[in-house]
Amino acid sequence: MSILVNKQTRVLTQGITGATGQFHTKACKEYGTQMVSGVTPGKGGSSFEGIPIFDTVSGAVAGTAANATVIYVPPPFAADAILEAADADIPLIICITEGVPVRDMIRVKRYLEGRKSQLLGPNCPGVITPGECKIGIMPGHIHRPGTIGVVSRSGTLTYEAVDQLTRLGMGQSSCVGIGGDPVHGFEFVDVLDLFNRDSGTEAVVMIGEIGGSAEEEAARWIKANMKKPVVGFIAGQTAPPGKRMGHAGAIISGGKGTAREKIEAMKSAGIRMASSPALIGRTMQEALGKL
Amino acid sequence: MNIHEYQAKEILKRYGVPVPVGRVASTLQEVKAAAAKLGGRCVVKAQIHAGGRGKAGGVKLASSPEDAVEKASEILGKNLVTHQTGREGRQVGRVLVEQGVNIERELYLGMVLDRAQSRVTMICSSEGGVEIEEVAAKQPGKILKEAIDPAIGLQPFQCRRLAFALGVPREVVGKMVAMMQALYRAFDDCDCSIAEINPLIVTKEGQVMALDAKMSFDSNALFRHQEILALRDLNEEDPREIEASKYELSYISLDGNIGCMVNGAGLAMATMDIIKLCGGEPANFLDVGGGADEERVAQAFKIILSDARVRGVLINIFGGIMRCDMLAQGVVDAARELSIKVPLVVRMQGTNVELGRKILADSGLPIITAETMAEAAEKIVQAVKKF
Repeated sequence: MSILVNKQTRVLTQGITGATGQFHTKACKEYGTQMVSGVTPGKGGSSFEGIPIFDTVSGAVAGTAANATVIYVPPPFAADAILEAADADIPLIICITEGVPVRDMIRVKRYLEGRKSQLLGPNCPGVITPGECKIGIMPGHIHRPGTIGVVSRSGTLTYEAVDQLTRLGMGQSSCVGIGGDPVHGFEFVDVLDLFNRDSGTEAVVMIGEIGGSAEEEAARWIKANMKKPVVGFIAGQTAPPGKRMGHAGAIISGGKGTAREKIEAMKSAGIRMASSPALIGRTMQEALGKL
Repeated sequence: MNIHEYQAKEILKRYGVPVPVGRVASTLQEVKAAAAKLGGRCVVKAQIHAGGRGKAGGVKLASSPEDAVEKASEILGKNLVTHQTGREGRQVGRVLVEQGVNIERELYLGMVLDRAQSRVTMICSSEGGVEIEEVAAKQPGKILKEAIDPAIGLQPFQCRRLAFALGVPREVVGKMVAMMQALYRAFDDCDCSIAEINPLIVTKEGQVMALDAKMSFDSNALFRHQEILALRDLNEEDPREIEASKYELSYISLDGNIGCMVNGAGLAMATMDIIKLCGGEPANFLDVGGGADEERVAQAFKIILSDARVRGVLINIFGGIMRCDMLAQGVVDAARELSIKVPLVVRMQGTNVELGRKILADSGLPIITAETMAEAAEKIVQAVKKF
């Protein structure tokens, strides 16, 4: 079992003819993901690696029954791409693009209210169910099928955590990157809820970072609802206040959003916190009584 | 991206926010002319991108053009140290010379993104002239908020609700509502991330006015605001951060002596954290990004080493896409070109990792390699201690 994506997921790529779109569409197809169609306005009727290309998302959905879409279009056009996918009622929209303006995302989230689509990202690595379906830019080979769910605001730090899990013999049910932007789709709580209800997930790794209060909200939710062990890590314990640490959302502002606050909130919710980023896998072993 | 007070006031004025009459000056001659035009009595305000200017002596009242020159001479060209500038302070290149006004009340008006709601929120307080974070901590009841629905924008009823709650006189409410809506239009049009009018004043004559103004902008939206990009003041930024941004590297100076080069923001922060855990101090945050090539790696190296305090460098790359052989070649070339003297520890994971390690080993350079993040952090901290 898994969450969000599996063998049945049929994936559309928006921005399939750009360099990034081509590279990752090919990599995901090689991983075994059903890459069924692509969209690049003006290139409809052509194909890439045997994948048919359409001018519009609604055309691609009608033609190939895509039920998930991954977006690689450049930042000025990313919001429009998400809206087009939502208009076509695609259930799962994954936006990889980094650098989407906040104002655009505020409008996008408003548009998504009450619609059938759910959004993951932007500025995220995507989602993978090892051995079944990889959508996004994560390196497939470090993952193994298993029972640990992973949810994170980061990209490469998630790879680091997954690599530790795999090396210690703990495979993953699904790994979800919710992205590093201040306004985004899926929150920690949404993904935790899915893992909580997934019979194939035994325990969860949650990786947060400075900025905002999503980790505190997740901690409250976990305390009240989570039935499975959760291991946590917060990046940015040494980050100075008032500085944006790479991710648009990773900033301590007005003294709020510090790593210390988040770690305290998570600890008090019963989450087992890894004291070092190198000990995420080991902390999970402890949580599962495997040490 | 931040701008100066005088620039923020020019933008706000265009959107209909009343601001005091004033003029920016960079020489004492210009100060004198500006003060004379205002009739003598005026305020001289240092223009730097930091709060706390008043308390630090960067805002002075003057009674005549001659007095304005004297007051400006105490500010212009001097280093102003406020609680936000750090010990070294900031050099003042410009002052704003503004009309004096008769203050009846000082209020706070600001706009910011509420991340939990994914909406922009207007914030008001009767406690003007002090930092809003301080009010929020000590008197949370004095903070009033209205979340804005992006589909319809800030509505007049929301502004009235705020204005009445602030207890401004009935005849001023209409002016206050107009000012709030003007601020919202400016915020939305210009892709602001923060806009603050603090204090917003009600004058003895019953006018509302932005006595101070601060605006900062979403850097991801600057591609559609060339006119705002033109307001960037490079003197206010760290030279290494400016250099890094030219190569799409995300760099931030810190106080330590171990330089870091990492791909990805989360891993970069985690690398800083683990250096600290091992007893070292990171000199910087540096995210080379996902698609870093040899050129970017070389530039990142140069920027890290341009910091004279750096006594060692840790490279931590977890590549999905990035090829380790290419990265290793970039590191070797840059290390040779810059004839690097400080210890260098490289930890990399990803495609062609064996080939990458071989390139490092065969280079003849004293590069220390590590398999894991923990090993890498321990090795660089030890190497720097011995160096």
